Amino acid sequence: MHPIRKKRLTIVLVLLVGISLAVGLITYALRQNINLFYDPTQIASGEAPLDARIRAGGMVEEGSVIRDPNSLKVEFRITDFNRSVPVEYTGILPDLFAEGQGVVAMGRLTPEGRFVADQVLAKHDENYMPPEVAEALEKSSGGQHKAGGMASPVVTQ
Amino acid sequence: MWQFFHKLGSPKWFYGIATRLMPWLLAAGALLLLSGVVWGLAFAPKDYLQGNSYRIIYIHVPAAFLAQSAYIMMAVAAVVTLVWRMKLADVFVKAVAPVGLWLTFLALFTGAVWGKPTWGTWWVWDARLTSMLILLFLYGGVIALGRAISDEKSAARATAVLVLVGVVNIPIIKYSVEWWNTLHQPATFKLTEKPSMPPEMWVPLLLSVLGLYLIFGWLACIRMQSEILIRESRTRWVRELVMAGRN
Repeated sequence: MHPIRKKRLTIVLVLLVGISLAVGLITYALRQNINLFYDPTQIASGEAPLDARIRAGGMVEEGSVIRDPNSLKVEFRITDFNRSVPVEYTGILPDLFAEGQGVVAMGRLTPEGRFVADQVLAKHDENYMPPEVAEALEKSSGGQHKAGGMASPVVTQ
Repeated sequence: MWQFFHKLGSPKWFYGIATRLMPWLLAAGALLLLSGVVWGLAFAPKDYLQGNSYRIIYIHVPAAFLAQSAYIMMAVAAVVTLVWRMKLADVFVKAVAPVGLWLTFLALFTGAVWGKPTWGTWWVWDARLTSMLILLFLYGGVIALGRAISDEKSAARATAVLVLVGVVNIPIIKYSVEWWNTLHQPATFKLTEKPSMPPEMWVPLLLSVLGLYLIFGWLACIRMQSEILIRESRTRWVRELVMAGRN
């Protein structure tokens, strides 16, 4: 290769490595801000701030949903299969909301460790299948395998 | 190998190749894209959880895929511009940037339309959505910078540097769903594993992705040709071409 081109190529490579390093360090430093939500383990261990609006994300625990018959109030627990956090919310839930499904709730944490949400978003996973397949899967696992939700428990950092 | 590389640098040679290639790209691309999209939207089974609303994946994923691929191709062309000063590489960047912009917009728009019925919101500032929005701005920046500088050579170098700076965003988009907590789900297609959907769902998706690649190639050819004609308008071969076209 021509020496001038070799020099230019080196400059380009140094530029790329430099930018990658800079961006890598910035995103590493800001990782807690880039994370969309706190998982139940982080909230239960007191990592989440009490005086700010935060998001909490996790799986809706099986059998934990209690609907108030007279209002739109709903209570449920979200879990990452390690710890779980009680959530209360008044409003209309997204269609995909169900026990065993992932949700991301926005709201405030009370000092008692309850999460009061003003918005609940449904999270779905990357698995798609026809309804018949999902039914067959559920039958064969005797109801143990609840198809859907987050593919794997949220990994704690 | 080097001879081919030097030939590729000749706008005239590329113009001829593109003319011969384009009908094939268009025909095969349209066929694949149409069959993939029609199959996906009308005949593929519905999802057990999301019902029919997941079908927007047959537009969302190809658009998002191509938006990122196009940027990677632009970055390769930017290296060629900076190191070898090949004119055609800059023609490629200039021709493809608006296509990439619209693909990114399409991916964001279909994502929002999909997000409303499934997640319950049009938009959320999670890492995947935000990094994709940054890609949209990068495309916009590349177009604007290229037009802001009137000198062709300085414009080529400046946009090439911007394209290269922006390429760090591509792995961020790709791995955002793994590095951080996001609302967006992880990728359905992984290089090392089986796709997490049955074949009657992923085959049409694959067809539409391949089809869109070919259509993208066709668009790149047609846009590069017109850019070449503008840049080379004073050369003899372009004049002869135009005269031949008139008769």
